Amino acid sequence: MSNFLETSLAELQTGLRNRDFSSRELTEFFLNRIDEKDGEIKAFLSLAPKKALKKAEEADKRFASGDENLPPLLGIPLAVKDVLAVEGLPATAGSKILEGFMPPYTSTAVSKLLDAGMIVLGKTNTDEFAMGSSTENSAYFTSRNPWDTSRVPGGSSGGSAASVASQMAPFALGTDTGGSVRQPAAFCGVTGLKPTYGRVSRYGLIAYGSSLDSVGVFGRSAADSAALFSVMAGKDPLDATSLDMPVPEINLNGSTNLKGMKIGVPKEYFVEGIQAAVEEKVREAIKQFESLGAEIIDVQLPHTQYAVPVYYLIAPAEASANLARFDGVRYGLRVENDDVIEMVKESRGAGFGEEVKRRIMLGTYALSSGYYDAYYGQAQKVRTLIQNDFLEVYKTVDMIAAPVAPTTAFKIGMHTDDPLAMYLEDVYTLPANLAGVPGLAFPVGFDQKNLPIGMQLMGRHFEEEKLFHAVHAYQNDTNWHTKSPKV
Amino acid sequence: MPEYEIVIGLETHIQLNTETKIFCACKADSWEEEPNTNICPVCSGLPGVLPVPNAAVAEKAVLLAQAMNAEVQTDSYFDRKNYFYPDLPKGYQITQYDQPIATGGYLDLPMGDYTRRVEIEKLHIEEDAGKTKKEGNRRFIDFNRCGVPLIEMVTGPNLRSADEAAEYLIRLRQLLRWLNISEANMEKAHLRADANVSIRLKGEDKLNTKTEIKNVNSIEAVRTAIQKEAKRQIKEVEDGNDIKPWTLDWDEDTEMLSKMRSKETEADYRHFKEPDLLKVHVDQAWQDRILKDFPELPLARRQRFVDEYQLPAYDADILTNERSLSDYFEQAVKAYDGDVKRVSNWMINDIQRMLNESGKMAGELKLKPEYLAEIIQLVDSKKVNNPTGKSLLDKVESTGKSPQEIVEAEGLGQVSDTGAIREIAQAIVDENPDQVEKYLGGKDGLIGWFVGQVMQKSQGKANPNMAREILLEIFSEK
Ligand SMILES: [Zn+2]
Repeated sequence: MSNFLETSLAELQTGLRNRDFSSRELTEFFLNRIDEKDGEIKAFLSLAPKKALKKAEEADKRFASGDENLPPLLGIPLAVKDVLAVEGLPATAGSKILEGFMPPYTSTAVSKLLDAGMIVLGKTNTDEFAMGSSTENSAYFTSRNPWDTSRVPGGSSGGSAASVASQMAPFALGTDTGGSVRQPAAFCGVTGLKPTYGRVSRYGLIAYGSSLDSVGVFGRSAADSAALFSVMAGKDPLDATSLDMPVPEINLNGSTNLKGMKIGVPKEYFVEGIQAAVEEKVREAIKQFESLGAEIIDVQLPHTQYAVPVYYLIAPAEASANLARFDGVRYGLRVENDDVIEMVKESRGAGFGEEVKRRIMLGTYALSSGYYDAYYGQAQKVRTLIQNDFLEVYKTVDMIAAPVAPTTAFKIGMHTDDPLAMYLEDVYTLPANLAGVPGLAFPVGFDQKNLPIGMQLMGRHFEEEKLFHAVHAYQNDTNWHTKSPKV
Repeated sequence: MPEYEIVIGLETHIQLNTETKIFCACKADSWEEEPNTNICPVCSGLPGVLPVPNAAVAEKAVLLAQAMNAEVQTDSYFDRKNYFYPDLPKGYQITQYDQPIATGGYLDLPMGDYTRRVEIEKLHIEEDAGKTKKEGNRRFIDFNRCGVPLIEMVTGPNLRSADEAAEYLIRLRQLLRWLNISEANMEKAHLRADANVSIRLKGEDKLNTKTEIKNVNSIEAVRTAIQKEAKRQIKEVEDGNDIKPWTLDWDEDTEMLSKMRSKETEADYRHFKEPDLLKVHVDQAWQDRILKDFPELPLARRQRFVDEYQLPAYDADILTNERSLSDYFEQAVKAYDGDVKRVSNWMINDIQRMLNESGKMAGELKLKPEYLAEIIQLVDSKKVNNPTGKSLLDKVESTGKSPQEIVEAEGLGQVSDTGAIREIAQAIVDENPDQVEKYLGGKDGLIGWFVGQVMQKSQGKANPNMAREILLEIFSEK
């Protein structure tokens, strides 16, 4: 059997089309790799090996049929974060309250990739209802960072990031509400996109903060991720907030020169608290962009400091309503009680973890009469100011360069007693969600402990393509994205 | 005893007669369906699915707003109203809160010798919740009704009697059907009304503590319940007691009100903008399209029938009760050359009977309004006699042929030929010497019998007035 480690999407596509190897071989390779490695990494919550192999065989038949119009991603495996519904597979959202729940529908992002021929290997671990930055809030287990298994892979899409970094899957889907794709991408040294809000349908994504949630993708490079993004994107009649914007077919050939591109560097993202190695490597990468022809401009995003409090009012407020449906009445965990209100209370008490309860309480409080204006109402106003910061800066630059997280991956257990310290991990990623702009995270080096350092480019609304061009040019010139951990 | 005045406000929920529910593709109406057979992941609150707004709901709300003289808002928003209840699957209801689809508005109620202006305080769209049924210790939930589109419309405290409240509901129901917004059947909960009732001394303008009457399922029951509640409140006040802000449950069978729960603290619903939906944007172009064929409304038409056709108010009321009948009448009037009251009589007596018997709407009759006009015209010009005219109604309805065609084919033309009638009349007189003797002996009433015999023999074609004259002539010659 071939070795599919470190192969690019283009190589996989060519190999399958030329029938150098079969989709079955490819799928088996990754399933075997999961068998070998996932005991240690713990990226997956559930696996679908039989279904995956059956799909692979169907794909192989299509390759053999001589059909000229094969879907673009035919026969290529994919891991899916467990907050995204896939019909016939469990969807726990990392919570006990959804243990055993099988959605009778598939999220639009996944179904578009399935239509394009992809094969789902399994569902990956996440902080419960995507609330967390480390997967430590998963009700099942904590996933490990493949670069150092005593450390977290980041979160909440930590399982997906770890699965791609440890090459148990060539691709994985994640979701990003406050950095949940970009931060684990940075911690695990892979490339991860958070698209523009409204660009990829949220249908089938178990909601956390509805006005912030987005479905993103992890891959080993910008080129690979771009291919999946352009399939997932687009208006969906099942999501009223998805927008009808043209989806470009992203062709990155020749994007090696960034002449004419203006990249803003906000001083608010390089302040006290940032790990020295992170700042150093991000600044080195910015230099690299300059040498590729981009113009580097200092910019200001003056309301950045409010992103953490604003986010931790808006997201929990929305979550407090989004999670009200888990009441033990129709599906999921139920603690029996003759009194129906007691049944609801006890089911929720038993089904939700501590962090989820904390955020429901926070959100309920922020929306309560008498507090609404001071908290939720005020947060909405400041959110607009943060959005305006971005719009103002985008008048002069095409994109903004910034670190993804202040530090590299932290030790498991380090922040578990201090939720506030955990919340501060999100300081660089939250603004893009609050503003609804796209962000692409990618590796730019390692710290002294050989832990990956990530950086993000944040673009104008619906300008993901530009981000992919810039990062592709960078990755064309550097090899950080090709580094793999020894697992 | 001082004179009291009742102060009433009505809170109505109107179930819209759209094809599908407000946010999913399930059928809107589940009347008599098995529980939980008309649901999908969206309306039953599965995780991850999203609401997709039904444009027809906004369109019907715009129609109602126009009818209530309310101002349609270009941009309105959906909000989440948060509360836990087992039959509320998402744990929140999607409704409109501080920026609803329409604001302001009023309805002028004709109350005979005066008009009552009822102000509209709230008009918004929302989704319905499910139904819970308790049987002993067990609780059964039917989610079919979840996501059924509703308009909530609340009046100001402007109604001053149980009759005014009933009249408001009658007029509202008429409007809703007129505009095809709702079936508005209270028995089927298409139209639900809660009444807020308080009393005060006549002449005062303060609002006293009110009670809320719920679960009333007919307009007559609303009238009775308000009367009983007002009577109770007056007695409490006369006895020196306070009115408590109770919620009262109406029992249909016993016609009694009982206390549900006290309403001392308002629940905190933690409203906030529904992030899964964009604003409802009704721009001028869309509004123009919705209102392009906006009809004359029943109360205005009723007045016009009185003014323009000089119809009695009684006739005008009946002829504007329901739109299909009313439109039918107008078309018949247009096609008819003569006294409009004639058409009104035929409508109220004959067309109404046909509609009652067939269960059809006027617009569904094969007897087109032009045919009705033609039949009346045939009678007016004595081409057919009155009974033949009436029999033509059913003949046209059952065949779909024009009256003229039937008259010709069946030879129903009225016989006004004196010779032919005289021949028949003479034969009757000759064949019934006993009757003739009685008549001539002073039993004048028998003339009717003779006319009847002539009509029978002529198979109804003889002009009865001519038959009578000819008979009188024959008798006078005796
Ligand atoms: Zn439905």
